[in-house]
Amino acid sequence: MLKIQGLHKRYGAFAALTDVTLTIAPGELVSLIGPSGAGKSTLIRCVNRLVEPTSGKVLLKDTELTGLSRSALRLERRRIGMIFQDYALVNRLTVMENVLSGRLGYTSFFKSLVRRFPQADVDQAFALLERVGLEGLHDRRADALSGGQRQRVGIARALLQSPELLLVDEPTASLDPRTARQIMRLIAELCRERGLAAIINIHDVPLAQQFTDRIIGLAAGKLIFDGLPGDLDNSVLTKIYGGEDWSQPAASAEDADDFEDGDDSAADGTLDALTKTDGVSA
Amino acid sequence: MSEVTQPTNQTVRTWRRPPQIKDPRLRWALYIGSVAYLCLALASVEIDVARLVEGTVRAKSLFAGVLSPDFVTRWTDIRAGFAESLTMTVVSTVLGVLLSIPIGLGAARNLAWRPVYLVCRSILAVSRAFHELIVAVLFVAMFGFGPFAGLMTLVVSTVGFLGKLLAEEVESIEWNAVEAVTSTGASWLQRVVYAVVPQVLPRYLGLTLYRLDINFRDSAVIGLVGAGGIGATLNTAFDRYEFDAVAAILLMIIGIVLCAEYAASAIRKRVL
Amino acid sequence: MPIIEKDGEKIWRRRDPKTALIHWLTTLGIALVVVYCARQISAQTTWDFVWTSGLQAQDLANRMMPPKFSYASELWTPLIDTIHIATLGTLLGIMIAAPLAFLTARNTTPSRLFVRPIALFLLVTSRSVNSIIWALLLVVILGPGMLSGILAIALRSVGFVGKLLYESIEEIDTRTVEAITATGATGPQILTYGVIPQIAPTFTGISIYRWDINIREATVLGLVGAGGIGMELQASIDTLAWSQVSILFLLILSTVVLSEWVSARARSAVT
Repeated sequence: MLKIQGLHKRYGAFAALTDVTLTIAPGELVSLIGPSGAGKSTLIRCVNRLVEPTSGKVLLKDTELTGLSRSALRLERRRIGMIFQDYALVNRLTVMENVLSGRLGYTSFFKSLVRRFPQADVDQAFALLERVGLEGLHDRRADALSGGQRQRVGIARALLQSPELLLVDEPTASLDPRTARQIMRLIAELCRERGLAAIINIHDVPLAQQFTDRIIGLAAGKLIFDGLPGDLDNSVLTKIYGGEDWSQPAASAEDADDFEDGDDSAADGTLDALTKTDGVSA
Repeated sequence: MSEVTQPTNQTVRTWRRPPQIKDPRLRWALYIGSVAYLCLALASVEIDVARLVEGTVRAKSLFAGVLSPDFVTRWTDIRAGFAESLTMTVVSTVLGVLLSIPIGLGAARNLAWRPVYLVCRSILAVSRAFHELIVAVLFVAMFGFGPFAGLMTLVVSTVGFLGKLLAEEVESIEWNAVEAVTSTGASWLQRVVYAVVPQVLPRYLGLTLYRLDINFRDSAVIGLVGAGGIGATLNTAFDRYEFDAVAAILLMIIGIVLCAEYAASAIRKRVL
Repeated sequence: MPIIEKDGEKIWRRRDPKTALIHWLTTLGIALVVVYCARQISAQTTWDFVWTSGLQAQDLANRMMPPKFSYASELWTPLIDTIHIATLGTLLGIMIAAPLAFLTARNTTPSRLFVRPIALFLLVTSRSVNSIIWALLLVVILGPGMLSGILAIALRSVGFVGKLLYESIEEIDTRTVEAITATGATGPQILTYGVIPQIAPTFTGISIYRWDINIREATVLGLVGAGGIGMELQASIDTLAWSQVSILFLLILSTVVLSEWVSARARSAVT
């Protein structure tokens, strides 16, 4: 399904990704964990080349995405849906326009300019809005929705592309714990219904263990763990995130969230240089 | 749900982008009104073809002048004009800043006592109401020709500009800082110095630099009515149809504005 | 914060000695420049005129004082012309400014090395030359009248609208653009879905703001022959008809205040 071979990404002297190789099977849900700045966002952006990899190959089925021309890449991007941390909706457009923007790659410029999408796309958009639980909200402006609702619009937009692969970047980081679980469950269910493969960047380790088939751990741009959720024990967590008393139970989802936040701020200080380079790439 | 109703249910659901203006009557009234206004306005523009043909000859000499600007022949006039403009710019900006601080603070609703607020607001409104050129005409009539009238004109418009923006800036500060300083028992002046000034200073410095730039550009205009500066030189050059000298002056203005802009952004980066 | 150790005590100062020195030298330098400039101006000034300026002002006020109200009825056409000049000039200006802004913004320009500097130069040129001077140039070519005024307003507005617009294009949310790119959209589609909705309110706001500035500018364009109410002003000043000038001032003042109010209302409605 998706093969990443020997992928490197450097920002000047800084190595964001070093020799990442992995394969994802059809229908497989993979979560990507690691401290802030480990290169998780860079890795999934290298797949659809929103970030240009320095070297290495990315293959989607039989197509090698890394050598494609700009226009060919554009056509291949339609096969890859993407969901973002801060939803990345166009705030001043309506929910429906945001969802339909998932079909831009299939629609001519003029038709998209005057908002005349094929009826089949509109039908599918309505069906998806219903499926993600936003029935009747299609004419609301995106900035009039709550965080959880916005992320649902983001999910509908990605799925309207009829993708074969989903790239999901921190889908729950801007949400409260309960909404976060609902959104993760929705993404997992939709992937299973459609047999979609997905790579999900996520900070929240318990959520990753609960909803995905396989976990990949990234630290300082290197792949250091690849296994089943059950194999993720304290020694592995220490390898990924650094020392911490992992045995202390995180009883509820809220606790887990606080605890993640604490870890975040610690990581931010040490990896300051990295967030700066990330900013440049964005 | 029976299987018969489902397909009809789906084909009915078309989607059109909702219009920006909800009320259709208002929407159409606006469309028709704008088109009608545009037609009326365009119809009122009189185009004198004979004059345009005549103008092509002058256009040629104007463009010829722009392509070969003459800095040399009128150099003494140009230099004196620019020196006068620059001195007017500097002095008027400094005086304007000094006057705009008390007036701007007085015009901030959250700091000033009500009567003071009203007085300061009216001073600002009056000093902003007239175009610089009109103020310059009046000041030339009062003070006589020369840079002093120009200086006064620029001071008036600087006070109006900086005072209003300072007042708006002060009105939008974080109020908790002022409360915190007040709670230590600070006087009004201490409150301003410790809680207000640090919050508005960076923006205010930026605006001052911007105003310096505007004052220089305006100094080129008010000279047209006799208020000194490069505008007077420019006017003379126009009257004598010396388009090569006109071009030289305009290029120098553009050059100075460009340098000022680079300098201002460099200063902003270092200081703010 | 600098702390100076002296006799075993720690003394706190706002700035360390070196920064303080630089600070004071800068202030001194600025003060010297200002004093020098002020003396230059003073040397060019006939102070006798300045001392008697109070009398002059009084004399002027006396001559303006009963305003010649009958004159007002002749002023409607020039006044409406002034508004037309401002509106048409603004429209033309924003039509030129919008494409230029996209060519100038770092994130939408087709070429940073070649196109951007040219577009930036055009914007700076437009902005450095005051609309009165543009009018002066245009009156030479096109002759006196509204057409020169409209074009002068347009040429000046390009730089203003273009600069503010390209800055707001550079500040858009890049995540949204990324999201639209990830769907496989083409360049023009990214522009219409990802960029334009984000800047549309700013663009409308800037245009209305410029229109209100242009009303003010259009009232004086006539002083150099570019149409509108300023032509009447010029004629009245030339014939020393100060009682007409006071009417003109009143009319200009109310137009400017009214347009400022309309502009503030319209801007708060769109954003």
